[in-house]
Amino acid sequence: MHPYLQIMIGFARSGVLGYGGGPSVIPLIEYEAVKNYKWMNSDEFGETLALANTLPGPIATKMAAYIGYKVKGPLGAIVAVTAHILPSLIALIGILTFFYSFRSSPFISGMVQGVTPVIAVMLFMMALDFLKKGSKGLGVRWAMILAVFAFLLLQILTLHPGIVIAIFLTSAFIFATYRGRKTMKQNFEQESREKVQ
Amino acid sequence: MVYVEIFWAFFLANLLGYGGGPATIPLIQNEVVNRYEWVSLHEFSELLAIANALPGPIATKLGGFIGYEVGGVLGALVALVATIAPSAIAVIILLQFAAMFKDSLQIKYMTRSVQPVIAILLGVLAIQFIYTSFEDSGLIHLMIVTVLSYLFLEKFKTHPALVIAGALLYGGLFMSGLIIS
Repeated sequence: MHPYLQIMIGFARSGVLGYGGGPSVIPLIEYEAVKNYKWMNSDEFGETLALANTLPGPIATKMAAYIGYKVKGPLGAIVAVTAHILPSLIALIGILTFFYSFRSSPFISGMVQGVTPVIAVMLFMMALDFLKKGSKGLGVRWAMILAVFAFLLLQILTLHPGIVIAIFLTSAFIFATYRGRKTMKQNFEQESREKVQ
Repeated sequence: MVYVEIFWAFFLANLLGYGGGPATIPLIQNEVVNRYEWVSLHEFSELLAIANALPGPIATKLGGFIGYEVGGVLGALVALVATIAPSAIAVIILLQFAAMFKDSLQIKYMTRSVQPVIAILLGVLAIQFIYTSFEDSGLIHLMIVTVLSYLFLEKFKTHPALVIAGALLYGGLFMSGLIIS
């Protein structure tokens, strides 16, 4: 089969079958890339995923772009991303346009009302997820302190979320650099002490 | 120039959204509802509902649809490029030097430090939705749908698309004033 066709089928299939946003799509992309079309081995896939996770933005499209690029260059990247996102986007535009044309119908407006609390619940669950992830990485105490601090900046001082995130990123960078130097210095001192002895 | 605004809104939201698609939801909401006022909070919640019921990455569905609403097919294209291209290009370039900073302490701390912020943003957005639902449908319907959807999503692990379909049906039947007013 032609490589472009393989890219198209692989990424269209993983996009259409993956529910619950980008992160849940990863195992499906891995199946296509490693097992099905053998574009890379599973170690390479793991490495790509680890790096892609350190960058901002949606994860599924980062993976699609890189794998597409690896197989067939820039055009491969474009084909992979397009195949991955287009089917569900067209379905979304179709459904919502249909929905809006019946806006005045009481049944439709009832449907809209019915679904709002579900979205609230889903967002709450995602919020808890991020809090849990944060507690795992930072420790519960630091995660809570940062969450309260973020709440104050966002809701009381009403700063733009971008500014708040930029403040957090810069502080984390400075903190990590400082800590990294400190442990390096300690290692160095320990080594020199061992040499003296 | 509306296309520049579309580009900027989605570029910013996705640049700051550490943690994949879901992390960008409150950031996109901030740009398209609060800042540029392209859609109301109501419309955004409908959009989220339908987008969540469909497969595929969430950030591109939101970007593509809002871009399309605001600027037609070209608007959708601009929003998608702004969403995908910066991080995709960065991954392709940076993988050449992957080993250098994959285990970097700075990157680790930066990624983690953003997670509590995203949690707060998502939580606040959830409360806003609860509040609009309370205003539109009253406490009883709100309680019923909230409790049921929590149970089905969290306890029974029902597929989200089915829960959304159920809520749509419940709303259409009982919140429309057609059966009981």
